[in-house]
Amino acid sequence: MSATTDSRHLELHTVAISSPREPRRRRGARDFFARLPLRAIIAVLLVIEIYPMVWMLLGSFKTQSEFLNEPFWALPSSWSFDNYVEVFTTGNFGQYIVNSVLAVFPSLFFILLFGVAAGFALEVLVWKGRGPVLLLFLAGIMVPAQMILLPLFTIYFRTGLTGSLWPLILTYTAIGLPLTVFMMATFFRTVPREIFEAATLDGASMLRAFWSVGLPLVRNAIFTVGLVQFFFLWNDLLIALTFTTSSSLRTIQVGLLNFTGQYGAVQYGPTFAAIAVSVFGTLMLYLFLNQQVMKGLTAGSVKG
Amino acid sequence: MDKALGDKRTILILLGPALLVYSLIMLVPIVWSLGYTVMDGNPIIGFQFTGFDNFATFFSDPAAWEAIGFTLKYALVLTVLQVAVGYGLALLYVFWLRKASSLIRTIVFFPVVLPTVAVALLFQRLFEAAPTTGPVNALLNSFGIASVDWFGTPDASFWIVILMDLWRSMGFYAVLLYAGLVDIPDELLESARLDGAHGWKLVRSIVLPLSLPVLLSSLIFSINGTLKVFDTVVALTNGGPGNATTPLTLYMFQTSFTYGDYGYGSTIALMLTILCLLFTVFIFRSTRRDLTKG
Repeated sequence: MSATTDSRHLELHTVAISSPREPRRRRGARDFFARLPLRAIIAVLLVIEIYPMVWMLLGSFKTQSEFLNEPFWALPSSWSFDNYVEVFTTGNFGQYIVNSVLAVFPSLFFILLFGVAAGFALEVLVWKGRGPVLLLFLAGIMVPAQMILLPLFTIYFRTGLTGSLWPLILTYTAIGLPLTVFMMATFFRTVPREIFEAATLDGASMLRAFWSVGLPLVRNAIFTVGLVQFFFLWNDLLIALTFTTSSSLRTIQVGLLNFTGQYGAVQYGPTFAAIAVSVFGTLMLYLFLNQQVMKGLTAGSVKG
Repeated sequence: MDKALGDKRTILILLGPALLVYSLIMLVPIVWSLGYTVMDGNPIIGFQFTGFDNFATFFSDPAAWEAIGFTLKYALVLTVLQVAVGYGLALLYVFWLRKASSLIRTIVFFPVVLPTVAVALLFQRLFEAAPTTGPVNALLNSFGIASVDWFGTPDASFWIVILMDLWRSMGFYAVLLYAGLVDIPDELLESARLDGAHGWKLVRSIVLPLSLPVLLSSLIFSINGTLKVFDTVVALTNGGPGNATTPLTLYMFQTSFTYGDYGYGSTIALMLTILCLLFTVFIFRSTRRDLTKG
């Protein structure tokens, strides 16, 4: 997919370059002005996208009086980390980050393990009823989470799971499965069936074929799906807000939502530092893996 | 061969865990939730059978209608803007930026990965009027316009919610639609150019019809996501001022957890599900018709 995209891109590009050079140079000045609106659009676009981040980062170093008495574009007078210290001590963000990690990564593990196996069973294996079962999973993508929250709350309450992170892990796993199964089935569809048939002819059982032939073939796909699910779960607010019944169970999103309310009046510096802390993880991930993230998230766009 | 590919034990081992978790935590609760719609109460005080009272309440509840109104208005406005702005950006990438577009694409896409709560808190500060003047109001002031209390009136709040979600999602839809645009064969565009189609005319008569399928699927994804808006509203306005920006999702959440009314909460959730279904089927049908025509 991306390979064909790139080559097309290159073609478009070479077409542009191969136009005669001489007249182009003579029109240099006119060209510059003709391209001015485009440059202006790009400049505005970049400011809109990047400035809020810069403003956030600068704000996280400012003191309360700098916020109240100086214009928004003033630089912080010192680069002190007091606001960040405040976020981790009074704000208890260390605990929230640990909670998020403890809820998201086990869920991610289960989603990938169960989802990839189910995708294989639904796409490669041949049996009656696999079409309807795939549809059953697909239906889960569309149903809003609000539909399952109340019964789940009752179930977790009755089984005594309330008060731990298990409600989050279980709910995340179930909610992540439909998209994972769907995407993995799509990826397995691109693998020629002959490969699996050859594996069984060589005497491997189907389980063995899944483990040592199927899995390595879709390794990149698993990584992509995992990345997509990570963003969905890490940024989730609805489930976390519903099942974190005590403040010691808050994930980073719920903690951030409650952060400003903690002092009455808005503490600007600490708020900005808290935003910066919560943005840091996903932003770093995007910095290094942006191409995979873009590919994965758009492939998972059925989720809306 | 088919025996190996259809081995019952293998199917059970591979599909079993996923199907079990999915059934217990998605399918059973969905049916259970349907049961709640004819009840009144919550798990602490117990439940009472009330028949279709909850549905009668829903249709005569002004707050519910207001929530439906906001949900529809928000979903339609944002869907149109998301897809339109995304399409504009995609055209910009493909036809004007060409080789330079990769970096711009990556930068415009990044807000999608940010946590909604963080973006909402940032937007609250960006549009703040008092006690400090945020960048947006400061910019207005410099043009001689008085500061606007963006979160004080229903209309302004509505547009801030839209603006924030547009900021977050336009890069995403741009990349989605870009993938559709680069699939248009170059020979087709070249021959259209030779026939004298340039600029807007080229877009309208060649590019737009050819990218119609990807546009329509974008519309489906968008409406399905926007009807379920929750994070943005909770973190940015918390449904206010009053309940002017309260969508069905938030109304359901408040009814269930603030007022402990699980029966009515489930009814609202069911209505939301039906709304999502209706829109998907509606768009899907019109897509199918268009595709068979083309």
